[in-house]
Amino acid sequence: MSETAGVPAEKKTGTPVLELRGITMRFGGVVAINGLNLAINEGEIFALIGPNGAGKTTVFNVVTGVYRPTEGQVVFAGSRIDGKKRYQVTKRGVARTFQNVRLFHNMSALENVMVGADAHHRTGLAGAALGLPWHRREERDGRAKAEELLEFVGVARRMEETAKNLPYGDQRRLEIARALATDPKLLLLDEPAAGMNPTEKEELQGLIRKIRDTGRTVLLIEHDMSLIMGISDRIAVLDFGQKIAEGLPAEIQTNQRVIDAYLGVPADAS
Amino acid sequence: MNDTTNRNPLSRARDGYSSFFDTLRDRWATAPRWARWVVYLVLIVLAILLPADGVGSFMSPYTDWPTLLFFPIGGYILLAIGLNVVVGQAGLLDLGYVAFFAIGGYAMAIFGTKMHMSFWEILVVGVLLSAVSGIILGAPTLRLRGDYLAIVTLGFGEIVRIVANNTDYIGGPRGIGGIPHPPSLSEWTIPDNGFFDAIGIGGVQPLKYGALDGKPYYYLMLLLIVAAIIFAKRLENSRVGRAWASIREDEDAAELMGVPTFKFKLAAFAIGAAIGGAGGVVYASQSVSIIPTNFPFILSATILAAVVLGGSGNLPGVILGAFLVAWIPERIRGLQEYRVLVFGGVLVLLMIFRPEGLLPSRRRKAELAEGEGGMGGLGAEVGGPVTVAAGEVGE
Ligand SMILES: Nc1ncnc2c1ncn2[C@@H]1O[C@H](COP(=O)(O)OP(=O)(O)O)[C@@H](O)[C@H]1O
Ligand SMILES: [Mg+2]
Repeated sequence: MSETAGVPAEKKTGTPVLELRGITMRFGGVVAINGLNLAINEGEIFALIGPNGAGKTTVFNVVTGVYRPTEGQVVFAGSRIDGKKRYQVTKRGVARTFQNVRLFHNMSALENVMVGADAHHRTGLAGAALGLPWHRREERDGRAKAEELLEFVGVARRMEETAKNLPYGDQRRLEIARALATDPKLLLLDEPAAGMNPTEKEELQGLIRKIRDTGRTVLLIEHDMSLIMGISDRIAVLDFGQKIAEGLPAEIQTNQRVIDAYLGVPADAS
Repeated sequence: MNDTTNRNPLSRARDGYSSFFDTLRDRWATAPRWARWVVYLVLIVLAILLPADGVGSFMSPYTDWPTLLFFPIGGYILLAIGLNVVVGQAGLLDLGYVAFFAIGGYAMAIFGTKMHMSFWEILVVGVLLSAVSGIILGAPTLRLRGDYLAIVTLGFGEIVRIVANNTDYIGGPRGIGGIPHPPSLSEWTIPDNGFFDAIGIGGVQPLKYGALDGKPYYYLMLLLIVAAIIFAKRLENSRVGRAWASIREDEDAAELMGVPTFKFKLAAFAIGAAIGGAGGVVYASQSVSIIPTNFPFILSATILAAVVLGGSGNLPGVILGAFLVAWIPERIRGLQEYRVLVFGGVLVLLMIFRPEGLLPSRRRKAELAEGEGGMGGLGAEVGGPVTVAAGEVGE
């Protein structure tokens, strides 16, 4: 389907930007993640797949600081981020979208993205209240950046509209723009294609590649197999909180354990 | 298409009013800069002419109009602007806002009578003290959400008043008397000639703070109100206002987009407190003596009513709300013991007519319509996503 799909993982730089070391996450009696080790390399598109309830979203929640893991470490760009505050994790360069779209619904699309852009702004109360020059500059830059990102994801013509009035597919793309505005090294996408029609999915593939090509690493949760197989450099499969397989798309497609636990029928047979 | 014609007159009036103000708001949003400045200028001139006797004879037949304009009208407006930062912007429900007004008032009384500091010095000190007490109250409590925050702030309001009531050093229930007026800035008198007489402000000494004339105090309050409006408006249109809006909409998502939500909530609290404190200092500087019962819970409730009634989050609405809540009870003084009943009735009617407030901001209106609003929009977060956990577990 495309050139990048076939690029072997070894061709990437190979330094891990994100490492999960022995992560276990328990909620009372529920073990959502069990001793997970995972290394995501810089510049790759890495997919996390598995049946519902396997613990995929929980991995995102642990990485972004929503939960502190019961055991294990999260290392991002060489330093530990587990236990850090959520906004600090974002400032260090991890941004995400949500499985259920969580935009600021009553703000305009542009404002939504500007909130993301503010993550690296330094204006305090005084600067804002007195309208100091650097505040104005940040405000201008933030706006320009937001407009550019809305253009990038393809929602620019609706930027003045209230977020909740956008069609579903645009809301998902807006969420991506908002996350990109925080200038992440690593972007986490939680089922970005959910609810999209085939054309939109096609565009989304292109968008994810474009994001990777701007030098970011993408970690992706998705159920749509053709999308996954089309763009992923590598794939890990979770089942009941454990990693049951990891490898290149072709390896995953033919892995017997994965077929039993998740794929059901071999993907190339369908 | 035209189903509105069949509806009852109340709904029709409501729709008419609604679309009128929507149009007005859109016009304003697209108005050129100079047009806005013309409007601002006209408003300021009107505000300066407001204490004139001619206006007063209609607006306030029972009480001295300039004094009324100073407090409660001006005072409520200033307090409502401050509370609006907390409730309308950051979406935090504060039921004890009167505490900061009291702290400002007592700062003026204590530093004025015991340390003989001047009004202008105390204004600075009082504002800082109130802001610090806002931070002290907020730091442990702003981690609470919704209802819990409301309860704690309610308690704080009561504690401040009760402590004042039980502290002999500050007069206990008798309060503090002999509070100095602000030093007069100038003896300058507006000329008593035909023109100024005709517009009703001839012979006024606007910068001389005496015991009798309420006008100079009103002008002082007006100055603070204008400053507070500029301050609040600038914040609203900056990253600070955006951060507050995002917190109101989805606190968890905001935090994950890099907004240090706790810091911004604390800032809202401190700013609200500072504005309330400024109101307290000015209030005490005019009234010669203050007692703890000047700062009852009902004042917190009234200011909150002003904010909600006017249109939480929208400054013109909030100012209008505060004006009505302060003015109506005075205007209907002639009704004597029925006064409070009628006032209550008017409030109920207004809320039936305009549940979203008289002049709500567009965004606020939408939030209320969604039903995340109600008191939820004010911080109780009824029905909103409680935690990321709850939001994320489900499909
Ligand atoms: N906050 C939580 N409290 C209790 N259980 C949770 C919580 N978050 C996730 N879980 C449980 O962890 C498991 C994995 O959930 P999740 O990560 O959302 O799965 P996936 O995203 O792979 O569908 C599920 O059994 C879910 O019920
Ligand atoms: Mg999930």
